[in-house]
Amino acid sequence: MIITVASGKGGTGKTTVATALALAAAARARPVYLLDCDVEEPNAHLFVNPAIESERAVGILTPVVDAEKCDGCRHCAEVCSFNAIAAYGRTVLVFNELCHGCGNCSNLCPTGAIREELRPTGSVERGWAGGVKAADGWAGGTGAIHFIRGTLNVGEAMAVPVIREVKKEARDAPRGALVIIDAPPGTSCPTVECLKGADYALLVTEPTPFGLHDLKLAVEVARDQLGRRVGVIINRDGLGDGRTEDYCRGEGIPVLMKIPHDRRIAVAYSDGIPLTEALDGYTEKFRALLERLATEVGR
Amino acid sequence: MKQIVVLSGKGGTGKTTLAAALAQLASKEGRVALVDADVDAANLELIVSPVKLEQHQFTSGRVAEIDEVRCRLCGRCEGRCRFGALVRLVDERRVLYRIEPTDCEGCSACFHACVHGAIRMKDRLAGEWFKSQSRFGQLFHARLYPAQENSGKLVTLIRQAARQAAAEAEGEYIIIDGPPGVGCPVMAASTGVDVAVMVTEPTVSGIHDLQRVLDVAGHFSVPAVVVINKHDLNPVRTEEIKRLCASRDIEVAGLIPYDEAVPRAMTRGLTVLDDGNERLSSAVAEVWTACRRRLEG
Repeated sequence: MIITVASGKGGTGKTTVATALALAAAARARPVYLLDCDVEEPNAHLFVNPAIESERAVGILTPVVDAEKCDGCRHCAEVCSFNAIAAYGRTVLVFNELCHGCGNCSNLCPTGAIREELRPTGSVERGWAGGVKAADGWAGGTGAIHFIRGTLNVGEAMAVPVIREVKKEARDAPRGALVIIDAPPGTSCPTVECLKGADYALLVTEPTPFGLHDLKLAVEVARDQLGRRVGVIINRDGLGDGRTEDYCRGEGIPVLMKIPHDRRIAVAYSDGIPLTEALDGYTEKFRALLERLATEVGR
Repeated sequence: MKQIVVLSGKGGTGKTTLAAALAQLASKEGRVALVDADVDAANLELIVSPVKLEQHQFTSGRVAEIDEVRCRLCGRCEGRCRFGALVRLVDERRVLYRIEPTDCEGCSACFHACVHGAIRMKDRLAGEWFKSQSRFGQLFHARLYPAQENSGKLVTLIRQAARQAAAEAEGEYIIIDGPPGVGCPVMAASTGVDVAVMVTEPTVSGIHDLQRVLDVAGHFSVPAVVVINKHDLNPVRTEEIKRLCASRDIEVAGLIPYDEAVPRAMTRGLTVLDDGNERLSSAVAEVWTACRRRLEG
């Protein structure tokens, strides 16, 4: 079962929910994968303290022009839809930041003068959170969470290629595994990439006008455009007003959990303490939530 | 004309709340234009009571479309698409190719691969943008349609519109409410501004994300000041932020207390200044003073 935790508005508690879900589900029979796909600002590691075992650079395939073979036809510049190539005779300039890595230039160069090279725009790390403690950190085993994190390099614009690589790391997840994706805020392409392939979109909101406004946008994307099952978690319940619940009722969207507006939770969060440790009863609540979702999606 | 952007890295730290209050203070001194650069999830309009004056379409990039009649199902397009946008559908009666618009990057690889002339590229309608009259000045805001890319381009567009309007009206300040994160729209919102106000909170996530957004500002030589929101939530972390700023030679331009008046004001569509809370008002005024000092210095 793949659950994507998304929100529209930032700072509503996506990471709080994603890490609590993972921790509550760990130590159970099914393997748990926690994917931090908020690659612009990944934070989940701060709450589950993973031991990272491997790291690889990821990025975009960008063109490298062989001046010997180039005959100055300028076809590469003509077929680039992103203005990433400018050709002046046999001088070909590549603007790497604009390149999407579509391969048109290299595929369509009549003289085969263009090859592609991976330009790193970020990294993907993989490791364990929880489980057996080894001398130098966690070492997997019973109760461990497969932890995968993507990070976009500072100064890079495109998050989606990094997110795709993070998701690839969960392809080896066995049947019956629980995959939890911590998505970035917003409703544009990075969020959509996180929602693709998900069995359930868990939308975290707060009961304020900002929260509600952005929840509606998130529902529009996850449910209306992508056809995902959606459910809502209201965080900081008691903070604003009842309009969020009225909206959910009107739309037939289940409110799966309410996390109270409680200064103790905010303080624990500020120190990187996960919700399941901050307050009693949340491990059980999140386990019950997972069972409900598993029944609903039939996996 | 001076441009101020409010950023944070992490979402939900109080960018919009602060941007609205700064715009209110700025509007008492000169003509202000406001830009809501969080085009994915624009919230400034919920506080500044805008009345729409203009509405424009935003087209960006292209999207491929298959002519089913011409398509011979050869599959060359599928072989060339690197973004998984070509979907081969098989049902009892027939096979057909379809393009998934949310996956299509508009690169035209399929168009070039097709030898039957069955694919055409069309302009993509990606959103709309508005010029409105708000109670603190003209507001330039937008709505990127769900699942679209190029939010950076849309941010650049509304910033240009704001600059043009401000130049015509001899505006003094442009206040930009920025998006979260550090990617494309953040860069578009912050290039060429006079000061970036980074709103953070004393939490492990807030600190982690602040460092990344400060790195971005440094990378593009954008002058930055830091505001610690909810500073009294965790005094130890607040000190950590102050040390972090000192080590980077960045000014802490203000401390805003944790106060229930903030969400209360938001729920009523008011700024924290409208709400009249003394503590919050003076904290915000201090931030504005620090910004002005920075703009004059």
